[in-house]
Amino acid sequence: MSKDGTHDLELLRQMLRIRRFEERCVELYSASAIRGFLHLAIGEEACAVGVFQALGPEDAVVSTYREHGHALARGISMRAVLAELEGKVEGTSRGRGGSMHLFDAGARFYGGNAIVAGGLPVAIGLALADHLQGRRRVTACLFGDGAVAEGEFHESMNLAALWHLPVLFVCENNLYAMGTSLARAQAETDLALKASAYRMPAWAADGMSVRDVEDTARRAADAVRAGGGPYFVELRTYRFRAHSMYDPDRYRDKAEIERWKERDPIPALVTELTEAGLLSEATWRAIQDGVQAEVDDATAYAESGTLEPVEDLTRFCVADADADAGAEAVAGQALAESRVP
Amino acid sequence: MSAVTMVAAINAALRDAMDGDDKVVVFGEDVGRLGGVFRVTDGLSDRFGPQRCFDTPLAESGIVGLAIGLAIRGYRPVPELQFDGFSYPALDQALNQLAKYHSRSGGLVDLPVVVRIPSFGGIGSPEHHSESPETHFAHTAGLKVVCPSTPGDAYSMLREAIECPDPVVYLEPKQRYWTREEIDLPLRTEPMDQAVVRRAGDDVTLVAYGNAVATAMAAAAEAEVQAGLAVEVIDLRSLAPIDVDAVVASVEKTGRCVVVHEAPRTLGIGAEVAALVQERAFYHLEAPVLRATGFDTPYPPARLERDWLPGVDRVLDAVQAVWEQ
Ligand SMILES: Cc1ncc(C[n+]2csc(CCOP(=O)(O)OP(=O)(O)O)c2C)c(N)n1
Ligand SMILES: [Mg+2]
Repeated sequence: MSKDGTHDLELLRQMLRIRRFEERCVELYSASAIRGFLHLAIGEEACAVGVFQALGPEDAVVSTYREHGHALARGISMRAVLAELEGKVEGTSRGRGGSMHLFDAGARFYGGNAIVAGGLPVAIGLALADHLQGRRRVTACLFGDGAVAEGEFHESMNLAALWHLPVLFVCENNLYAMGTSLARAQAETDLALKASAYRMPAWAADGMSVRDVEDTARRAADAVRAGGGPYFVELRTYRFRAHSMYDPDRYRDKAEIERWKERDPIPALVTELTEAGLLSEATWRAIQDGVQAEVDDATAYAESGTLEPVEDLTRFCVADADADAGAEAVAGQALAESRVP
Repeated sequence: MSAVTMVAAINAALRDAMDGDDKVVVFGEDVGRLGGVFRVTDGLSDRFGPQRCFDTPLAESGIVGLAIGLAIRGYRPVPELQFDGFSYPALDQALNQLAKYHSRSGGLVDLPVVVRIPSFGGIGSPEHHSESPETHFAHTAGLKVVCPSTPGDAYSMLREAIECPDPVVYLEPKQRYWTREEIDLPLRTEPMDQAVVRRAGDDVTLVAYGNAVATAMAAAAEAEVQAGLAVEVIDLRSLAPIDVDAVVASVEKTGRCVVVHEAPRTLGIGAEVAALVQERAFYHLEAPVLRATGFDTPYPPARLERDWLPGVDRVLDAVQAVWEQ
């Protein structure tokens, strides 16, 4: 805990931003402003906020489809994230990616990914590039417990360890992969232990404590950056809501959900800071008001954004398409003419 | 008779197949306890027990691979890959192994595996959840690829696929999951490798499958109203092999052919149909075979989906173009 609490207040504010942002997403989804799939990380905010404290702007990030919090904690503007969710050109990737594929090359945020474990091998490539160039940078790769069953996870873990690459593997273990609990998916449910079999240091942290996450991630990231090879961090956490907006959530015990809600990382930090005399009623109110204003501003921004014209859809399929403006215009025109009223 | 959804028809086909043969086993991600994300396998685990309908961890390649091993040992596995886009991590086992074992064993080993894949778009889902994977499978010798467009066919073709000694990729048009048809189950429709004429006509042949059959039917009705055209609609049902005789018989009558599918245009089933038609019915053609298809782009965001998919308007444009030649 920093002496005057500035840093802790910032951690609190960041978690609240993610929470309020996703609550707004629920409303926007019900209003059909957000379409497609929507996966919320409500309850897991300490993971995103804690991990991103450990990364600098020169570090790279590869994420999953449950990544709104990762993008916000990375510093990508809430406006751009929400615009992307609404499919607007002002979004992080012109509205092409949507909720599951937030991508911001400027922030070295190399994408959410709807394919479970699909991003892991990519992270190895990013890290290998840094390694080959002699750059002291970290590639943070975030994924869920479900990804641990996929072949791509194991290929990536081995490559990173074998070549001593600067990868920080971050497993957000929320105990479920859709309706399948970890115990029904893994013979070894201690994922840090499992990861250590690849010969890399692997630590578990309390994913409901932003401080524990930050501390663990920092130590791991610093070691990776110093040339220590890959590290694996397992964050033990829980999602409070269903897997997606479609999921009736019939596979979890209500009492289990309630038990985890008692460990909600946001009220926990509020209580802790209040008791330490670092958070007054007025400061907490000001933080909440500030976050509310940011969410409202992002909502207005996204709403006033523009949809990509349908004739533009043929752009960006391949890099040289823009050079071949003629062919592109023809294909784009065909798409435009197809518009169903 | 009762109004049966495609989901219910597929569920009934699995149940009846499992009732009839205790070597039929169903597995995949969340197909057991949860009954599948589309509820297609609802109740099977309760009825038949977790030995015959079970959940696997996330491991698509593993799911298809283990089906091969089970089949070698006499089972009739019916694995599910949860969405079209997740069949791609399984392509290694599907294309390199499943498709090859019969030939590799000199014909000694049969692989009666049915890989069920909820497929295609039209439900507001993004990329990876709206893919049209058929070409990858149809391009691979050793695999049969079928795609029902009605609940009755969904039932019958799945029963037949499970009985078939060869691996069958069974593509479920998920946009049609909740459409109903008045049928009595169990029922058997035409053999799964045969195309059927859904609507007869002498002027233009429309060839479609899956979701696109409904679009083709709507376009045919519209063409009759607007231009007095008698459009014949052929539901391919089998994409590998393609029932070329049925298509050729129709084109010999109409001289005009349009293929409709959601999949991107390049090297889609439409390209194969066009090639077959010109090989077999060239002198009957009054116009080039045209295609109304998806575009050669990634699947678009939900908002642009309706523009991207070949709708009635685009099909009608193509019908008009071949008619006016
Ligand atoms: C390759 C692949 N297979 C299946 C799916 C369907 N699916 C989406 S999320 C999910 C569960 C993933 O669980 P986990 O990795 O623990 O992440 P969480 O949802 O808990 O954040 C599944 C099975 C997918 N997206 N990709
Ligand atoms: Mg999980």
